[in-house]
Amino acid sequence: MGILEVSGVNKRFGGLQALGDVNLSVAEGSCHAIIGPNGAGKSTLLNCLVGKLIPDSGTVTFDGQSVLGKKPFEINQMGISRVFQTPEIFGDLTVLENTLIPCFAKRDGVFRMHAIESIAHEADLLAQAEGMLEELGMIDKRNMHAASLSRGDKRRLEMAMSLVQNPRLLLLDEPTAGMARADTNNTIDLLKQIKEMRNITMAIIEHDMHVVFSLSDRITVLAQGTPLVEDLPENIKGNPKVREAYLGEAQV
Amino acid sequence: MLGLNKADLRLFLIVIAMLVFAPILLNPFPDTSGMAQFNAGYPDLMQKLVIFGIFAIGFNILFGLTGYLSFGHAAFLGIGSYTGVWMMKLLTMNVIPALIASVVVAGAVSLLIGYVSLRRSGIYFSILTLAFAQMFYSLAYSVLTPITGGESGLSLSTDDPRIFGVQATDGGNIPVPTVFGLDMSHAVTLDFGAWSFTISTGYYFAAIIMALAFYLAVRIFRSPFGLMLRAVKSNQNRMNYTGLNPRPYTLAAFVISGMYAGLAGGLMVAMDPLAGAERMLWTASGEVVLMTILGGAGTLIGPILGAGLIKYLESIVSTINDSVVHGWFAPLPDWLENTLVTVLHPFIGKGWHLTLGLVFVLVVCFLPGGIVEGGKKLGNLFRRKRSNGDAPTPGTGSTTAEQPGE
Repeated sequence: MGILEVSGVNKRFGGLQALGDVNLSVAEGSCHAIIGPNGAGKSTLLNCLVGKLIPDSGTVTFDGQSVLGKKPFEINQMGISRVFQTPEIFGDLTVLENTLIPCFAKRDGVFRMHAIESIAHEADLLAQAEGMLEELGMIDKRNMHAASLSRGDKRRLEMAMSLVQNPRLLLLDEPTAGMARADTNNTIDLLKQIKEMRNITMAIIEHDMHVVFSLSDRITVLAQGTPLVEDLPENIKGNPKVREAYLGEAQV
Repeated sequence: MLGLNKADLRLFLIVIAMLVFAPILLNPFPDTSGMAQFNAGYPDLMQKLVIFGIFAIGFNILFGLTGYLSFGHAAFLGIGSYTGVWMMKLLTMNVIPALIASVVVAGAVSLLIGYVSLRRSGIYFSILTLAFAQMFYSLAYSVLTPITGGESGLSLSTDDPRIFGVQATDGGNIPVPTVFGLDMSHAVTLDFGAWSFTISTGYYFAAIIMALAFYLAVRIFRSPFGLMLRAVKSNQNRMNYTGLNPRPYTLAAFVISGMYAGLAGGLMVAMDPLAGAERMLWTASGEVVLMTILGGAGTLIGPILGAGLIKYLESIVSTINDSVVHGWFAPLPDWLENTLVTVLHPFIGKGWHLTLGLVFVLVVCFLPGGIVEGGKKLGNLFRRKRSNGDAPTPGTGSTTAEQPGE
């Protein structure tokens, strides 16, 4: 029984069957990659996990609890944190403030009217946020506006915002999409570093196969809304079905 | 001290000093000089400056921090005023219960309006708040006339019950608003040679309330709650996926700003116990938006400066008429004098809105951060001159974030 269990999930957009009978199990402590060509339903699946979409049928459970019908912020409070394809950060705020907000969310829940207390007196949370920035090598940028960071640093900051909450499951949506080769390698190194430092459960949605081979413990290949194969990375590379899905029948 | 950091404490003390010395600072010209008409140190105007300052401070908590632009906050001002007058009609002429009731009722109504309006954001939110405010304005003139007094407005009379006070004074007059026995309209004039300064109970009472309102706003700005409100403005999607629900945060900001508006409305009738529906007209809602933007939205001191500037222009520029201008230019040749008067004519007297409009356009075009940004730029200019030749200090560049509201 994995920490995240997806079973029999279907999602239809009009005439398009975006997801057809998807079953998936992410084991605790593992790094599970979900790859597939464009239009395979990767993003739809992810949106079903984080509360943005509700599947037509099937169940999604996290640690035995259903996430279906829950709002994104409720799902985050359950311990699932999401990193976006293009980094979503608070551009107008400083790097430190960006990292503090998830700390408050983790401690105080979805809403708390703490309007009179001063942030400067929240020593515990400040230390927590600064420790996280230190860990990801961003402490010297703590007072910069997040919007003025480079693309790679924005990704790093978003990662810090997720990790500072100590999530039980980290969902990564194409973390290297649109990046140059060097940036891609940096991101892979960052993810490896995170994986080694904290034994965190990760699920990565990725288009680029190369990104996930060195990272993941298990790979699910999605094609046209259904899982094609699920196997160890080394077995995925040579699998003719996978080649077919990625390259098309004519070239097999 | 007071739970504020050094910079905020300094700002707070500056505001207090400005409030305490306003009767002197705003009366720089001798009474007999031709410039006396630019003096603003009389109680009526100073009270107005302070009350609209409170209104704008509250509005800034919503608009400056969350970015939600309400076009209906005058409704809460009006509701605060009506509530205040009713408290004086029914209970007592002491203004404290009236102010408390104004804040509570305005808060309750803003909870209702905010709950509905905040289902939408952006322009739709603005339109919803505008619609609600106009609805209240129309209701005040029509079906709610028994409560609001309709076109003649709501005022006190000698028939009012006033359970804890007197219905009429010994002389048969309507009693005046008081605070624990002190008459609100009581004023003392101090003469220093050609200068005269008016010290009034009403103004200082309003000033104390504004100091408290400002202090509370500073605390909110620096609190985790304030940080969440800035997060709402910055990226609601990120908030959702960080485990925070933006809706109650925004609603709380809306209600707080509604309560500030109610307090301002209550203070208005504490100074002059008469409430009219025109206070709720959409132009009044627009005015507080102008004040906030003109001063600097999202800054602490900006809304106060904006409110002060607009109310000053309104009171002073509108009293300048053609004959006054003729007086200024009398030494010039007649043809030049007449030309100048003709040029200035549209900007003065009843045309003061044109002056305000021009100022607003200039500020928005050249100083998007309002008066506060202008002040900062001037400050930087002086600092650069002083440290001429020095290498720029690291960490003062544009990428370094400054604390909001300095």
